[in-house]
Amino acid sequence: MANLGIIFRRELAGYFATPLAYIFIVIFLIMNGIFTFDMGGFYVRGQADLLPFFSFHPWLYLFMVPAVAMSLWADERKTGTIELLLTLPITLADAVLGKFLAAWVLTGLALALTFPLWITVNYLGDPDNGVIVAAYLGSWFMAGGFLSIGSCMSAATKNPVIAFILTVSICFLFVIMGSPIVLDAFPAWVPQFLVDAFAAMGFLTHFESISKGVLDIRDLLFFTVFILAWLLASAVVIEMKKGN
Amino acid sequence: MIEISHLTKRFDQFTAVDDLSFTVKEGEVLGFLGPNGAGKSTTMKVITGFLAATEGSVTIDGFDIAKNPIETKSLIGYLPEGAPSYGDMTTLEFLNFIAHVRGLSGAELTQKVDHVINEVDLRPVCHQTIETLSKGFKRRVGLAQAIMHDPKVLILDEPTDGLDPNQKQHVRQLIKNLATDKIVIISTHILEEVRAVCTRAIIINQGRIVADGTPAELEARSRYHQAVSIRLTSAFDLRTDLAGVVDIQDVEQSGEDALSYIILAKDGRPIFTEISELAQERNWPVAEFHVNRGQLEDVFRTVTQGAQ
Repeated sequence: MANLGIIFRRELAGYFATPLAYIFIVIFLIMNGIFTFDMGGFYVRGQADLLPFFSFHPWLYLFMVPAVAMSLWADERKTGTIELLLTLPITLADAVLGKFLAAWVLTGLALALTFPLWITVNYLGDPDNGVIVAAYLGSWFMAGGFLSIGSCMSAATKNPVIAFILTVSICFLFVIMGSPIVLDAFPAWVPQFLVDAFAAMGFLTHFESISKGVLDIRDLLFFTVFILAWLLASAVVIEMKKGN
Repeated sequence: MIEISHLTKRFDQFTAVDDLSFTVKEGEVLGFLGPNGAGKSTTMKVITGFLAATEGSVTIDGFDIAKNPIETKSLIGYLPEGAPSYGDMTTLEFLNFIAHVRGLSGAELTQKVDHVINEVDLRPVCHQTIETLSKGFKRRVGLAQAIMHDPKVLILDEPTDGLDPNQKQHVRQLIKNLATDKIVIISTHILEEVRAVCTRAIIINQGRIVADGTPAELEARSRYHQAVSIRLTSAFDLRTDLAGVVDIQDVEQSGEDALSYIILAKDGRPIFTEISELAQERNWPVAEFHVNRGQLEDVFRTVTQGAQ
């Protein structure tokens, strides 16, 4: 555990040693503003909640999170530091988790910095703050889901740009999986339980209820298991690919 | 003690390391030689636990790298090829990170970090980010992290590559100083380095050991071992005078210069005295005259090309 902490701190400090963290946070906040106020009609709706803010998060994360995740392992392999890292007396789990957590905390920080919006909505009306807290938590877990995919894709290639494109593609697939457009495309002979299972893997399915304030433990569990599965896949890919 | 036993590493169909076995004891500085692609770096990657062996085992002081990776890795200091390090960190931050991972903390950490900074002369670049450093400094940062925890086993993949002659000298001296109670394995393709620091050299080719011995023993396998080099001031027919000497294998013209010769000894027998007496007796116009220990380059070429 001590080593996990050391890796985590190094990675997090690494984000702030370069302008990356600052650029990420600033763009994240600007995009959030545009989505919430222009496209989400925050004022026009005349309701004191953050639904327009949260409902755009899957689409915002679709491009922002892969940008953070793309260099997680691709850079280590490109510069050869992976050889240094994995010959230190740490476990692969320490390295995979430490890196993931650092990136997750960075997205959490960016998310937390949207707090003026929360203050605004409280100033303007009387929102259900429990719903908002639940939605924040759900949003952060969803970001974790995107990140874990990114971690695995980043481990699969030395090229961060390829990692980015792969991550965006796979994330997009998971976002739209549960939407009616995709589900309607299934031919009639596909058994219903398969369609349901497919739909249950979709991010939108889980996030929509969360963003409305229904914090079902099963939704959080879904994201937790999802994250762990992709991190395990990351470890497997690193193990396979590190030699070349 | 490091024991490498029947180590084989295959990548798909390609066999990079082929049934390699050797042991290295404390105090030995082992030079690991071989042409590019011979399997030097792969062997080092398996010893340090970065890659898993396809077959065979690596044990260090009884710990098996595959079965007890954490304990074994704690005993090793490793400088990977190209001395990779995190470019966005400063030298000091990076060394502190390594010290933390190596389990150091508090006053001990400060003292150890300070010690390695002095040892490899990093004081002037402590607060610079590593990506801004020159190649020589980067390599020294890599060395510093490798010796941080005073490891039992030091594995250095081309430690002096890219250093200027002064720095090379400095690093070699450092390795010699460290070597007294440690096991040091260095890979290099600079043969003079082997002569300068190694107590033993292993030459590998296509994943197999083709020569193993002290540098002097290896030099003795050279056809130039005990050969006498001679440079004359004017043209003179040596061959006639030398015809009577039984221990001579051959006389070769050496270099561009028509007046330089190498007299090769038969089976490495000492011929120097005999030839010097002959030269005095027959009044050879000698400008330069010395005996060769043998050329590692020559042995290297013979064993690595002969096998193909």
